[in-house]
Amino acid sequence: MVQFIIRRLIAMLLTLFAISFVAFAIIQLPPGDYLTSYIASLAATGDQVDPRVIENLRAQYGLGEPYLVQYWKWLAGILQGNFGSSFEWKRPVTELIWGRLGNSILVEGLAVIVMWFIALPIGIYAAVRKYSLGDYLATVAGFIGLAVPNFLFALILMYLAYTWFGTTLGGLFSPEFETARWSLPRIWDFFAHAWAPVLVLATGGTAELIRILRANLLDELKKPYVVTARAKGLPEWKVILKYPVRLALNPLISTIGWLLPALVSGSVIVSVVMNLPTAGPMLLRSLTTQDMYLAGAIILLLSVLTVIGTLISDILLALIDPRIRYGAK
Amino acid sequence: MAVQSMEQIVPVAVPRRTARESQFGLMWRRFRQHKLALVSLWIVAVFYLIAILAEFLAPVDPSDYSARYTYAPPQGLNFVAQNEDGSWHFGPYVYAYKTEIDPVALRRTFVLDETKRLPVHFFTESEPYRLAGFIPMSIKFMGVENPRDPFYILGADRLGRDLLSRLIHGTRISLSIGLAGVTLSLFFGVVIGGFAGFYGGWFDGAVMRTVEFIRSMPTIPLWLGLAAAMPKDWSALQTYFAITIILSLIGWTELARVVRGRFLSLRTEDFVTAAQLDGASDWRIVTRHMVPSFTSHIIAAATLAIPGMILAETALSFLGLGLQAPIVSWGTLLQDAQNIRTLATAPWLLAPGLCVVVVILALNFFGDGLRDAADPHGR
Amino acid sequence: MPQTPMAAKPLLTINDMSIVFSSPDEADIEAVRQVDLTLTPGKTLALVGESGCGKSVTARAVLRLLDRNAKIPSGKILYDTGAGPVDIARLNSDSLAMRAIRGAEISMIFQEPMSSLSPVHTIGDQIDEIIVLHDRLNKKQARERTISLLDQVGVPGARDRANAYPFELSGGLRQRAMIAMALACTPKLLIADEPTTALDVTTQAQILDLLRQLQDDFGMAMLFITHDLGVVAEIADEIAVMYLGDVVEQGDVYEVFRAPKHPYTQALMNSVPRLMRKAERQRLTPIKGTVPSPKDRPNGCAFTSRCPHAFGPCAEIRPQRTMVSTGHTARCHLLTHEKAEAFA
Ligand SMILES: Nc1ncnc2c1ncn2[C@@H]1O[C@H](COP(=O)(O)OP(=O)(O)OP(=O)(O)O)[C@@H](O)[C@H]1O
Ligand code: SF4
Ligand SMILES: [Mg+2]
Repeated sequence: MVQFIIRRLIAMLLTLFAISFVAFAIIQLPPGDYLTSYIASLAATGDQVDPRVIENLRAQYGLGEPYLVQYWKWLAGILQGNFGSSFEWKRPVTELIWGRLGNSILVEGLAVIVMWFIALPIGIYAAVRKYSLGDYLATVAGFIGLAVPNFLFALILMYLAYTWFGTTLGGLFSPEFETARWSLPRIWDFFAHAWAPVLVLATGGTAELIRILRANLLDELKKPYVVTARAKGLPEWKVILKYPVRLALNPLISTIGWLLPALVSGSVIVSVVMNLPTAGPMLLRSLTTQDMYLAGAIILLLSVLTVIGTLISDILLALIDPRIRYGAK
Repeated sequence: MAVQSMEQIVPVAVPRRTARESQFGLMWRRFRQHKLALVSLWIVAVFYLIAILAEFLAPVDPSDYSARYTYAPPQGLNFVAQNEDGSWHFGPYVYAYKTEIDPVALRRTFVLDETKRLPVHFFTESEPYRLAGFIPMSIKFMGVENPRDPFYILGADRLGRDLLSRLIHGTRISLSIGLAGVTLSLFFGVVIGGFAGFYGGWFDGAVMRTVEFIRSMPTIPLWLGLAAAMPKDWSALQTYFAITIILSLIGWTELARVVRGRFLSLRTEDFVTAAQLDGASDWRIVTRHMVPSFTSHIIAAATLAIPGMILAETALSFLGLGLQAPIVSWGTLLQDAQNIRTLATAPWLLAPGLCVVVVILALNFFGDGLRDAADPHGR
Repeated sequence: MPQTPMAAKPLLTINDMSIVFSSPDEADIEAVRQVDLTLTPGKTLALVGESGCGKSVTARAVLRLLDRNAKIPSGKILYDTGAGPVDIARLNSDSLAMRAIRGAEISMIFQEPMSSLSPVHTIGDQIDEIIVLHDRLNKKQARERTISLLDQVGVPGARDRANAYPFELSGGLRQRAMIAMALACTPKLLIADEPTTALDVTTQAQILDLLRQLQDDFGMAMLFITHDLGVVAEIADEIAVMYLGDVVEQGDVYEVFRAPKHPYTQALMNSVPRLMRKAERQRLTPIKGTVPSPKDRPNGCAFTSRCPHAFGPCAEIRPQRTMVSTGHTARCHLLTHEKAEAFA
């Protein structure tokens, strides 16, 4: 088990390294470099450009030096917690992103939980009562859930809320709680806002989870150990929950590996539509203004979060499956 | 006492011989049994036909605007009406608009004027145009009698442009970008996946790690990052191709995985071994023996990859980093629907979303049907 | 030779049972048509027949473990609870009464010891569960009992093995664990559905020995399903022969082997090679033709299409169950019609 975790950790480190490379490449992609944009933006606001500041920055980022040197300086900075600075906000990137990332993690984490809570009972029901009305409804709903893009669903939900109830869905907090400390009323306020984006984000994944869970469970239900369990005299619900469901869940937990990337992807666009104070809108804004250090940091951190989430799911899978834990198969 | 299992008593039934049938004949026969897939095939075909005939089908040019008809509601298309004298009118027509002042919002709004009917004609004369860019034509599928009369079957947008015409032209862009993206991905996927699966070894390992790596990343931030690097002064065509390339940079992975898997399993098949023993070259084995035996799988996998491409384009353009304004695609059209207040006054702006959902569903069912038909036992 | 008919009170009697499978897009299949079986405490009944003739389905019907699309439209499965017989065929399959019988009164072991155990639960957990369920012991007591059971069925190092997962054990040990599980609540009837088919010959012999010995210790009745006439000779007191959903002959093993009365049983016995010198060997006579599917089964005797003696009434009239000697019955028109008639 320890060996398994160590192997996964090493693999994750390599992935993180690759991610940092990709993020840096994206920072470098737009024509011109950070300093030119910086000077341009300073000039645009009519500020004086202090040549010494420019020189310092040039040395700090290694601008003008080979890419690999620049990459190395950037990476070394990140390892010390320095993600560079945003020329649009004229502040270090680190000051800008943590709050937003926290909100992203919160919303996405809630979406994962909601996904499982909806998908588990429906998936089990659909498999156990195969071809029943409920099964068909779940299948149809699942297909629609898969085909309606997140942002469209968000738009429809907002439209309905606006025309029926006259409310505008959006944001995560009311203005008075925006910067307040966490407290009971703030939590309440958060949930009053967050249910809509969480629901929107959860649909696609829920549909997919139901589909896989149903298929897995149908496979497992045919296996002889289910008959053995019934032959013991256990009540049917206990037979199903303790044996086939348990086994059908194993491959599902590893699906988080691709559910998470999709979820993070989706949350960027949903956040823009629903105006959430998460990393998504900030990423979009920084990309349109070519505020590349900010954009690179967000892309980097979103990917890192995804990879860590995947690692956690892998370890969870290993924990509940003795076949992996003991290295069999 | 010697013992024998009873199963051996029973002579093995001789399998019924089926007539030799081409791979695709067989596939089509199996495909036809999936009713949903068959219906979806028709839907997909209709949409692609619309894409091809866009100029002919669209009543007006997608960029024709008319400030007089900002957010004019959909006229619909009617066929039967009762005249004032009680007689019946048959034939296509739309109602004209009249303006009213909304007493609450103090805004000018359009309502349909049910007293005024504007007859609609099919195959009407029009300004000369070129179908698909090269066939000169001067006939449109339909239009109102007087070209100056308003004709907004699906309503108008902020600039008074006809949503139907824009939707039809958007269909062309969105569907073709899906197809182009998949074609490009398919090329990468087959080449890379094919090499990995056929030669195995370290190259296979490297490819698989790369595929896993790309698939473990959230795609939209990546796409956004790449799309944001496109110079703003690129022409419409340049952006179009750039977006296609960006989409396939990630899209090839799934196809490469499928191709590699197929190659790996085929490599050990008897007929490949036989060809190898015959001394056939690798190239010949791949092109003559292996590729033909799984084209059907590849077609199915490629079909299933189109929806992802369309969704990605829509999302990127919707966020303003994909295709840009003069180009009309479902994504750029939906950009108009981003504001909730606009949406509340003009809900018909969501129509492109409906197209997205229908096409995505149809392509998924169609692809599933193809996959089942290509590989009835697999999954 | 049994002195008086029905010397011991039968534990389980199946009368004229049929089993029908329905499917949404095909006609119903009557997989089992006419099954009569009698099981007595302390005795082993071997159920033999070709693949697909309905042995497993019959066995599962006794525990009502058939799939949801199966029905038992006719017949009785009478189980003697001690306080009078219950008709299992009329119980609800998930009812309390049925669940009280499963595992506690009647238990079952299966052909595939690997897939019949849950791969993600330890052997001990899976056995404890049944003890806790029926005998209401606490976890710790149950585990002690599990360990002594594993010991009893010959699992070496039982205390450690109880914490092992099935994939850590060999096939033979897994089957022993299955047997321990089946015997955990000292059932009165053990159904073994081809328990040795998946094992190698040596292990097979050990498991048969074990089952025989356990039967002596526990005194339970056993329904033993197999393809293998050699195994029958080794373990069974009685034999029942099935063909395409019908039990065509049942009786004392020695009786039936010596003088099979049904043409199918006769063909079966003929198809088993006897040990003799090479020069003297005769060709085995396989049964001609193939087993039809239940859909193409003749209305009358199921064996009509392949029977060398088939005559007038065979195709249309179902032969009655006929007693040929004490406790030996068969279903064949030859037994009730005059020879002359048969050849007329
Ligand atoms: N769930 C089911 N649905 C439909 N038909 C079934 C089902 N289960 C079994 N059958 C039918 O019942 C018949 C008897 O099957 P069964 O498994 O009892 O055979 P068997 O005698 O145990 O054969 P084997 O020696 O191969 O184990 C088969 O022909 C099969 O077609
Ligand atoms: S009843 Fe007729 S067909 Fe059936 S076994 Fe007897 S002789 Fe043969
Ligand atoms: Mg069987």
